[in-house]
Amino acid sequence: MGKRFGLEVSLSAAEAVKMANVDCIAAYPITPQTHIVEHLSELVNDGELDAEFIPVESEHSAMSVCAGVSAVGARVFTCTSSQGLALMNEIVHIVASMRMPIVTILANRSLSGPISIWNDHTDVMSIRDCGWIQVFANNGQEVFDHVLFGFRVAESKNVMLPLMIHMDGFILTHVIEPVEFWEKEQVERYLPVFKPVHALHPDKPVTMGGVGMPYIYSEAKVAQDEPLIHAKGEIITAWKELGDIVGRYYNPVETYRHEDAETLFITQGSYGETVSLVVDALRDKGKSVGLVMDRLWRPFPFDEFREAVKNAKNLIVIDRAISYGGQGGPLAIELRAVLYKGKNQPNITNFICGLAGRDVTVDDFKNIYAKSMEKIKTNPLEEDFEYYGVRGK
Amino acid sequence: MAKTRVDLTWQELEVGAVLISPGNAAEYKTGDWRSIRPVWDRDRCVKCGVCYIFCPDAAIYETEEGWFEADLYYCKGCGICACECPTQSISLVEEEE
Repeated sequence: MGKRFGLEVSLSAAEAVKMANVDCIAAYPITPQTHIVEHLSELVNDGELDAEFIPVESEHSAMSVCAGVSAVGARVFTCTSSQGLALMNEIVHIVASMRMPIVTILANRSLSGPISIWNDHTDVMSIRDCGWIQVFANNGQEVFDHVLFGFRVAESKNVMLPLMIHMDGFILTHVIEPVEFWEKEQVERYLPVFKPVHALHPDKPVTMGGVGMPYIYSEAKVAQDEPLIHAKGEIITAWKELGDIVGRYYNPVETYRHEDAETLFITQGSYGETVSLVVDALRDKGKSVGLVMDRLWRPFPFDEFREAVKNAKNLIVIDRAISYGGQGGPLAIELRAVLYKGKNQPNITNFICGLAGRDVTVDDFKNIYAKSMEKIKTNPLEEDFEYYGVRGK
Repeated sequence: MAKTRVDLTWQELEVGAVLISPGNAAEYKTGDWRSIRPVWDRDRCVKCGVCYIFCPDAAIYETEEGWFEADLYYCKGCGICACECPTQSISLVEEEE
């Protein structure tokens, strides 16, 4: 069993990257991701991590460097937030199409404007359709484990896709939590040496990132989407083996007291931990409430989600991003589609809250529960979603 | 002729749509972009080869007798050959279909 450290989550995330023995880190600092990059540069500078640290001039360059490093068959890591992700957007899509197993941590932060450095999921949802594997971590330990899981899945032969770990900015990046590190031997057992399918080398020239004329583009896109859809199998296997090695088991959809619950909260990211306390409190008052946390965001775990909510009458979907002019938050939109035409047609209420780091407390979630019950009783179709706690609304 | 890229299924593409053999751009037919076609008047042509040199797509070739002709698989009908010809021996004819 690995040693436990009380450490800022950003620093333990950087230590996990060190354990993954990356060859290169190319990153540009941006709040609230900065401490991860800072600590990695220290580790390289102090000789604790034998890797190239490339301090690039922008996030666009960061992801471009990652593409180059991955192209020669080396292991590469980067991390960013919000506007940084927006700036690297062009290459984020390209590396997925080029099947490059880059692992990235996104320290979730609101997109401007108004200018905000605080936490929500508007940056996550801006690249929902970028073709990366995307997982949410709820706490520091999960971030640590998922860095190693990330390289393991991304680099596996049948996957070969970039993977993004979502961690809430400040709520996770800037707090100190106990995190159990892995033993070196455990990492070696879990994470094999990266063997690329194709690599740039003068002895065997290949062309990467070529033009795709209309007659081949659609075939190329299916050849990109199919491995993402089928990556779920490898993801589940990698979680199982991770559990067998370190004793922590993860699932595409995590649940808490959900089996007999009439009403389920649906969350992504660190809010799951807050809502689990709310579930306990409401259960103490005799309410039939449970929690379903979406961990795997892409590829979306359709079967697991339908299974998790099959007995529920009501779903309270918590969104931390906006689909402007759309039908609620991105998570609610997805779930309504997932359950459409299914046997179980629960009432779905959707609350958009916690934008730009505005606190959503245990009492707020209790209030959300009460509002949801009231909406369902009076007219379940009256409103598709509600901005929670917005003055004047 | 071997299977060209036009016929490939998605399963037959390399991981990341990587190209593992060089020179396959030659498979790409640009001739169907053409709306006009260069025609040489051999009574005026002096076989100087200026058309051959100026063709931006290297789509003009020399016959064994030293005449010049367009390879219609690639010729886009840009008309540069006709413009550059010092004896005005190339005319551009509308493609019928």
